[in-house]
Amino acid sequence: MKIVVAVKRVIDANVKVRVKADGTGVEMANVKMAMNPFCEIAVEEALRIKEAGGADEVVIVSAGPQGATETIRTALAMGADRGVHVLTDAVLEPLAVAKLLKAVIDKEQPGLVILGKQAIDDDCNQTGQMLAALLGWAQATFASKIEIAGDSATVTREIDGGLEKVAVKLPAVVTTDLRLNEPRYASLPNIMKAKKKPIEAMAPDALGVDIAPRLTVLKVEEPPKRSAGVKVETAAELVAKLHDAGVI
Amino acid sequence: MDFTLPEELRILREQLRRFVDAEIIPHERETLEDSGDELKPEWRARLVKGAKDLGIWMMEVPEEHGGAGLNLVGRAVVWQELARTIGLPSRGETITGPSVRHILYNLEGELREKYLLPVLRGEKKACFAQTEPDAGSDPGGMRTTAVLDGDHYVINGTKRFISGAGRSHFMQLMAATDRAKGSRGGISCFLVDMDTPGVKLGARYQTMMGDAPWEIILDNVRVPAKNMIGEEGGGFKLGQKWLGTGRVKHGARALGVAERCLEMATSYAKQRATFGKPLAERQGIQWMLADIYIELEAARLLVFQAASKLDAGEDARTDAYICKYFADEMAFRAADACMQIHGGIGLTTDLPIEKFWRQQRSYRITEGASEVMKHVIARHVLKTY
Repeated sequence: MKIVVAVKRVIDANVKVRVKADGTGVEMANVKMAMNPFCEIAVEEALRIKEAGGADEVVIVSAGPQGATETIRTALAMGADRGVHVLTDAVLEPLAVAKLLKAVIDKEQPGLVILGKQAIDDDCNQTGQMLAALLGWAQATFASKIEIAGDSATVTREIDGGLEKVAVKLPAVVTTDLRLNEPRYASLPNIMKAKKKPIEAMAPDALGVDIAPRLTVLKVEEPPKRSAGVKVETAAELVAKLHDAGVI
Repeated sequence: MDFTLPEELRILREQLRRFVDAEIIPHERETLEDSGDELKPEWRARLVKGAKDLGIWMMEVPEEHGGAGLNLVGRAVVWQELARTIGLPSRGETITGPSVRHILYNLEGELREKYLLPVLRGEKKACFAQTEPDAGSDPGGMRTTAVLDGDHYVINGTKRFISGAGRSHFMQLMAATDRAKGSRGGISCFLVDMDTPGVKLGARYQTMMGDAPWEIILDNVRVPAKNMIGEEGGGFKLGQKWLGTGRVKHGARALGVAERCLEMATSYAKQRATFGKPLAERQGIQWMLADIYIELEAARLLVFQAASKLDAGEDARTDAYICKYFADEMAFRAADACMQIHGGIGLTTDLPIEKFWRQQRSYRITEGASEVMKHVIARHVLKTY
């Protein structure tokens, strides 16, 4: 079986994101970038399935500007086999990404597609679901455990108030939650090996996908600042304050 | 001219950053023995495993000896990232493999079996005994003598500030075979087992950085003549070849220290408000942050320039001196400014700043004092211009 993993290059989780002065987006110039943490988990899971004998190839796909090559290379250094880079500087909405992924998947014919449940930049949490719909495949989102058996997978999902187990027929789309695994470090010898692994670059046009945005961004702004709280000494004082505030 | 790290080293740097942030920094006050130059056994096991997972184990050991043989630019990236925490010994033990004195790679036959291979296997440790009470920055003036007597040399003298002597199995000892010639052909290099009759550990000096180097007393120590490495009087030259690497290591380590100090100082300056405004809005503080950043960026260029020249086999002695001098001084100023910005809390052992400060203060003296670095740089300038 072949596994396709989609990865996204995002602003590093440790960087404080700032809104551009003109309100058109967030500041991306000279900002440290890294692989979306949920995508790292997706790569790790694919590698574990492969190492356990459940797959024979892991293919990494990313869509975005030139820099995304480095993110693909990082996944190859973790142990994936080859990469596909849909090269574009355009702003990509989840639907456009899902369509690009579908085009690549139509060619690759994998038995399983794994994505992060969301990217930590826009937190859309849409691409995996849209992709499954476009493909007409089963989907299992927010996975905290994946077990493959024959032509089906049992996925444990994290839902409000507990865990849910679903069985999906393969091929299927799975999106990862935080507790699925702890991604490995790419080791130096594997980083060197990854230099020789192929990354195929292609333009969105070549895939026949229209990536034009369907949404218009009116304005991007910082969330309102919370005003400082008040410390109270006793429960009685707390109740009195809540009364004064008209909350109780 | 390309000033960017190659992609593979950028990826390695990311992995190391993640490792240090997640596995070491949260525990950085718990990992070391009280001596400060050794990891506690449980932490050694854990962090060496991490180093092996990252593929940086034995990174300094050439490939023909079974190591990773990483080039100096690559090692500089590793040293820089590992120096962002006080949780690893600054001197002494490393998590990237046994510390192998470069000179050992030149050994052949019986000496190779006896000294190099056990070190590579982690069974034996070595220390470097050069400094003396009256010969630190001026090793040519050393008073320890080695006199040939039949097929042995008889060695007498006292060595001081020898790190790791107490846990070493042998030492790389520098002694004068011709005191009149000094560093110009009068110093020879010997491998001496610590259990040789006449070798005694003397006083131990507790230093402000945490580690405690030893005094070694040599009283009529008889060393087989075949334990002399290189030619008689050639000891100094032998060592020269590797000094550049050590100085780049100083520089790279200083980058990590300064970077962490800059991260901490900036983050604190944004949070801490005095007289109704965050420190970060005060020009006096802003200039401190700007100075750390400017000097850090300048040092980074110096370090990677020296490293890439040495990798290319160029004579980069002066670059290496500049690297050691500028980066070690720079990181001390960074630690000092970081401490000043933090105020009282910066003095406490709740934060790593005081440890960085003590370490960096010491590097302005050890392994080539700043004044000695400037002395040789000045000699280069006077010769060149």
